[in-house]
Amino acid sequence: MHEVVGTTPKGDFIINVGPQHPATHGVLHLVITLEGETIKKIEPHLGYIHRSIEKMCESLTYRQFIYVTSRMDYLSAHINNHACALCVEKGLQVDVPLRAQYIRVLLDELTRIASHELWWGAMAMDVGAFTPFFYAFRERETINEIMEETCGARLTMNYMVPGGVMADIHPAFQQKVKKFIQQYKKKIDEYNELVTGNIIFQNRMKGVGYLSPENAISYGCSGPVARASGVACDVRKRYPYDVYNQVQFDEVIETGGDSFARYLVRIGEMQQSVRIIEQLIDAIPQGDFQAKTKAVIKLPKGEFYQRVETARGELGVYIVSEGGTTPYRIKFRSPGFCNLSALNEMAKGGKIGDLVATMGTLDLVIPDIDR
Amino acid sequence: MNIKKYIQDVFGAIQSLLKGMRVTGYYFLHPKEIITEQYPDNRDSLKLADRFKGEVVMLHDENNEHACTGCTACELACPNGTIKIITQFDITPEGKKKKALNTFVYHLELCTMCNLCVEACPTGAIVMAQNFEHSVYDRKQLTKTLNKPGSKLRAGIE
Repeated sequence: MHEVVGTTPKGDFIINVGPQHPATHGVLHLVITLEGETIKKIEPHLGYIHRSIEKMCESLTYRQFIYVTSRMDYLSAHINNHACALCVEKGLQVDVPLRAQYIRVLLDELTRIASHELWWGAMAMDVGAFTPFFYAFRERETINEIMEETCGARLTMNYMVPGGVMADIHPAFQQKVKKFIQQYKKKIDEYNELVTGNIIFQNRMKGVGYLSPENAISYGCSGPVARASGVACDVRKRYPYDVYNQVQFDEVIETGGDSFARYLVRIGEMQQSVRIIEQLIDAIPQGDFQAKTKAVIKLPKGEFYQRVETARGELGVYIVSEGGTTPYRIKFRSPGFCNLSALNEMAKGGKIGDLVATMGTLDLVIPDIDR
Repeated sequence: MNIKKYIQDVFGAIQSLLKGMRVTGYYFLHPKEIITEQYPDNRDSLKLADRFKGEVVMLHDENNEHACTGCTACELACPNGTIKIITQFDITPEGKKKKALNTFVYHLELCTMCNLCVEACPTGAIVMAQNFEHSVYDRKQLTKTLNKPGSKLRAGIE
């Protein structure tokens, strides 16, 4: 174990940010080596919220383990559950009814909007604006209410099951989503007026926390962080799952690589999510919401991998089955872990005052990094 | 040339700030567009969604009869040991032994409201209730017995 306090032999100052610090959005511990105000090195220390979810899953059946994954990246719980359900379906080789696929994608995109909403509010708060937080939560509340009505919970829904979704959508679902989308389109313009165009905000974001495309690839970054550096990596486009190959949407790519580019990618993604929902909401086909599966699911012997695009990037679920009712080994490839590992590259050479703004654009959810 | 750009920047900055102020000003003058739930003052009128998962309850009809056969499907479906079913053997009129429910123990403190037990129940004996105010002074009160005292299995359910 090396020093985490005091000074280095060269006279550089070592400080700790976290694990209990409001700006790290969770129990993240950063050990920062400073030369004056300039950051020389950042080392994230993990393990404060490790719950050994991967090990826990080994003792749960294929129906049971899905609910645990809601507790990893709790802001995109739906998409995590989706990944697990898809992976189990891959092993079972079961065809999911089209209606279930539509419902899944719709709820995924609603979750993505809700997640980006929270990020947008927290991001603005990180750079000192408090009002956007309330505006963001107002819209997020509407989504949460829609979720509550259909899935029965607001954050950890556990609505996806192997073979489809747990229950059919609520009769008022379509109408409420349409009403929300109608209002929400105007709100994004409002966000741009309030925060994106603000000169103070722009000066704090532009040219700060630069990540080159080479580094983004070599650190394994995914999601908005990599796309802001010009790396096309949207799983929904590259390896489409469910009905993503039937909808029209753009992969939002910026080439700036700085904090502002990452901000713009997420704002653009909210608009694209609205576009996807608009295409699907009226076209939900009639039919079953769940394929017939056996009460006790047994996966054949083998290895199964499925990746999805969560609000933070690429989530991979890797199941090794020995043919029993529980997985032999489960591995989650979480987007936050790789994105965090690139933080050193982004913040190195910058000032410590910019660190919080840079970290805000990474959209870190610590339970996702530390499973 | 530099001075011109400097002045342009200053006016651009002021314009951007005024644009932002316009949005906040609009909401300042239209307070009705901000939705705030006045909980707990609105407890009487608060209506939660029908599917809201608050806690597991067992349905009893007016004759104090339930539909639980004690098959332990919910106990097996539960991921974290929330449900414990204690069964007993009843003697049927024909003189045969028959498994029946004695006590349905439900640990609310362990429950994650994943709905898997309700999905697994073959007879629809348990459902999710909308109650969400679970705080108590003693943790023991969270361990509940779901079947009411004196209740028995509804006739015709196997």
